[in-house]
Amino acid sequence: MTGNEQDAEDVVQESFLRAYRQLGKFDERASFGTWLYRIATNCSLDLVRSRKRRSENLAPADPEMEDPVLALPSGDPTPERHALSGEIRERVAEAMNELSATERTAFVLRHFEGMCIEDVSRVLECQPGAAKHSVFRAVQKLRRALEPLVSTAR
Amino acid sequence: MSHLSEEQLILHYYSEEGDSATRSDSATRSDSATRSDALAAERHLEECEECRSLYGSLQRVLNVVDSLPVPQRGAEYGAQVWKRIEDRLPRRRRILGMPRALPAPWRWAAASAAFGMLLVGAFLAGRFYPPARKPVEMAGVLSSHSNSGSDSQTGERILLVAVGDYLERSQMVLIELANANPKGSLDISSEQERAADLVSESRLYRQTAAHTGNTAVASVLDELDRVLMEISHAPSQISPEELEKLRQRLEAEGILFKIRVLGSNVRNQEEPASGNAPATARQKL
Repeated sequence: MTGNEQDAEDVVQESFLRAYRQLGKFDERASFGTWLYRIATNCSLDLVRSRKRRSENLAPADPEMEDPVLALPSGDPTPERHALSGEIRERVAEAMNELSATERTAFVLRHFEGMCIEDVSRVLECQPGAAKHSVFRAVQKLRRALEPLVSTAR
Repeated sequence: MSHLSEEQLILHYYSEEGDSATRSDSATRSDSATRSDALAAERHLEECEECRSLYGSLQRVLNVVDSLPVPQRGAEYGAQVWKRIEDRLPRRRRILGMPRALPAPWRWAAASAAFGMLLVGAFLAGRFYPPARKPVEMAGVLSSHSNSGSDSQTGERILLVAVGDYLERSQMVLIELANANPKGSLDISSEQERAADLVSESRLYRQTAAHTGNTAVASVLDELDRVLMEISHAPSQISPEELEKLRQRLEAEGILFKIRVLGSNVRNQEEPASGNAPATARQKL
């Protein structure tokens, strides 16, 4: 959601601090996990918005980390695959950056966190239909941005 | 059947056909209707080359996104985060004027002594006040029956120290269970014994907290009591599945987090309480 590890660490800390201060406001009817996710989401959105105001860009993912392109079936020689993987990583980061904050949040919660649409809507404090459409728009945008590249990598 | 829309394919990828959002559009949809939607989509994909190709493209894109590196965190990450944010919370105070660097056995001894004094104080209060007063109100007597302000503060101070210690021990039991990673069934009889002791101990604290109007403390103690009671009454051998259920429950209710927050709050309250009732109260102790 934040696009880089350091910001994510800051969001984690800020989320728990806010949770600590707002524990008295926790509504026992909701799941504690969902409540905490909502705080974390708000912290992420705050950070992304403030970063946008400062016109900062998302940092690219750590190049030392595991290579996404290796998951694709390919008979290309290794150097070419590595070059392509770098390009894919950048394009994925760019495509994620092109999503609106709500689309990115909904997509991250559904895709990476494995939440069902109903839980996503609780975290985003919106109707399930709105959460579903945010996920749709995010997937559609990602597909249009990445499909040509994925086809090349096959 | 007409072709599947991109939205239907996305829902199929996430196994959410007719689920959640759709349910809100049509609340009468049943689970069997949902399963039937999924089966229909599956069948259509087997038969329709065009939709299969579109679905394949969707899978490839999402798989690539999915395979982006996500930094992993170890089991100790929670403790690390807590350590980092703890400095940004109001600073920890000394317990009854003792330095924080005091060795753990001394802190335990001090807490035990404080608890002992709580019992002695409650016993004496029972001796000096009319017998009609129920024993369950003993602790409340410490903080409210005394007309002297310093006595009331003493009672509150003792409660805070005793509750802080009680929370630490409860937390240890819960963390041990939450972090256990057995291959087969796990013998939790020792944890159960400790949980049972904690449950019998907590009654006095809860009543005192309720009596002194400390609803936040009382509420967390109530919640903790239910969890500890459940542990103490569970079978002494539990399966990994049962352990996982317990772990999920602890996580869903955020009980460990609440204990930490309350523990921190209790520690922070200790100094103002002790600061307001210095020499006289300590002499009485």
